[in-house]
Amino acid sequence: MTATPIPHLAGSGWIVARDPRLRVGAALAFALITVGLDHPGSTAAALGLALGLALAAGLKTRDLARRLLALEGFMLILVLTLPFTTPGASWFELGSLSASTAGRDLALMILLKANAVVLALMALVGTLEPVALGQALGRLGVPDKLTHLLLMTIRQIHLIHAEFVRLRQAMRARAFVPRTDRHTWRAYGWLMGMLLVRSLARAERLMDAMRCRGFRGRLYRLDTPHWQPGDTLAALGLMTLLGALAWLDHGLGLPGV
Amino acid sequence: MTTPLIELQRVRFDYHDRTVLRELDFRLAPGDRVALIGSNGAGKTTLLHLLVGLKRPSAGRILAFGCERASERDFHQVRARVGLLFQDSDDQLFCPTVLEDVAFGPLNLGRSPEQARADALETLDHLGLADFAERITYRLSAGEKRLVALATVLAMRPEVLLLDEPTNGLDEATAERLIAHLDGMEQAMILVSHDWPFLARLATRAVRLVEGRLVDAILHSHAHAHRHSHPHPHSADELTGPHTSLEHRHPH
Repeated sequence: MTATPIPHLAGSGWIVARDPRLRVGAALAFALITVGLDHPGSTAAALGLALGLALAAGLKTRDLARRLLALEGFMLILVLTLPFTTPGASWFELGSLSASTAGRDLALMILLKANAVVLALMALVGTLEPVALGQALGRLGVPDKLTHLLLMTIRQIHLIHAEFVRLRQAMRARAFVPRTDRHTWRAYGWLMGMLLVRSLARAERLMDAMRCRGFRGRLYRLDTPHWQPGDTLAALGLMTLLGALAWLDHGLGLPGV
Repeated sequence: MTTPLIELQRVRFDYHDRTVLRELDFRLAPGDRVALIGSNGAGKTTLLHLLVGLKRPSAGRILAFGCERASERDFHQVRARVGLLFQDSDDQLFCPTVLEDVAFGPLNLGRSPEQARADALETLDHLGLADFAERITYRLSAGEKRLVALATVLAMRPEVLLLDEPTNGLDEATAERLIAHLDGMEQAMILVSHDWPFLARLATRAVRLVEGRLVDAILHSHAHAHRHSHPHPHSADELTGPHTSLEHRHPH
């Protein structure tokens, strides 16, 4: 009952010290600009920038690799299928299948963009404590209900996880060993059902306790914003870099380049 | 006779076609510290929840601070003045940090963030939890959670305290701290507990919930109100009353 079940990306350095609002905003701006890029050269530059951010955020290579691996599995399917499914000039033939150069370029762009955005998200937002993220969203004007939902979910995930661990321990204490048989599946079914019922009951008790303390649908925040000069500096720096990225992309599209 | 803070008149409560409380009358006067005892499932927690409007009676009237209370709106005022400590502190604590959780009630009462923060810190300090302010609530131990939950209730400066098994799961030192703190308070209280030494130390009178009704009970203090076990024969009828010695709860 000591650790949160949400794995937390440990970061360090100047990015982690920045205001959560800046980090959320920067991640959003980076994602929007990157998705809009048209040329492999500028997209590769965006990937380089994202990699730089990840390094600056002090992310461990192992953490990075593990999370990127989840993405690459999905990307692999894309890279394997897109050249064959996109119409265009032939790149190579494989039996009766024909791979197009357009499909190849498209797959490459998607691969670069997805990795760049995910890397930037990990560096900027992934290193935020979930609660800090919720509060930052609230302060950026995301509706109260949505931020409450996020904060409550984070709280409940922990409780549901703790409940799950307790129930599973109780099962193991009575010599339950998962096998591939009817008994196991039924036991797991009951475990999940019980988990849902208990979580609902707990949510109701939590709501009761909140009502007892005068809750009427509105959460008030205690924290005070602490935007620092360094945040302004970082915002300007990031804006310059993102502007350069867009400019580079535009320049690559000009005739004669 | 002083006007009661809270009064229940012929209250009935049904739960899934089982009558939990029937024709129940109860008065809580200022300064009263009532021990509410009864067997498991007798409806003690239900009774506390009725008092703050978390459950509504099937019949009967609830009066608090001189007015009849029936609607959710009526109970908003009641909840601001009556603090309920839940049986399971995990149900009560939901904010990330202790300070935010303790300040939650004061903020709901309309106090400014600065005032709420000051109230929260003062309450924590008063309970000897000053170092806990920035701790993460779900990483607290069971005893710490209970004390912090008490702080969340006290920060609203309630006039009445409803405590649902407050010493449950606390070690002796922590329980002692809790008792000492509660003993120093002047608020009226309803104490639900099976912990006889705790009740004997605090309660001014006792009521027992039997078959949906309240009957007066006697809370007598033994000369040997301590917690180690030694042979101490009790007759069967003696055991039906509240007792300050714990021996009969353990085999010996």
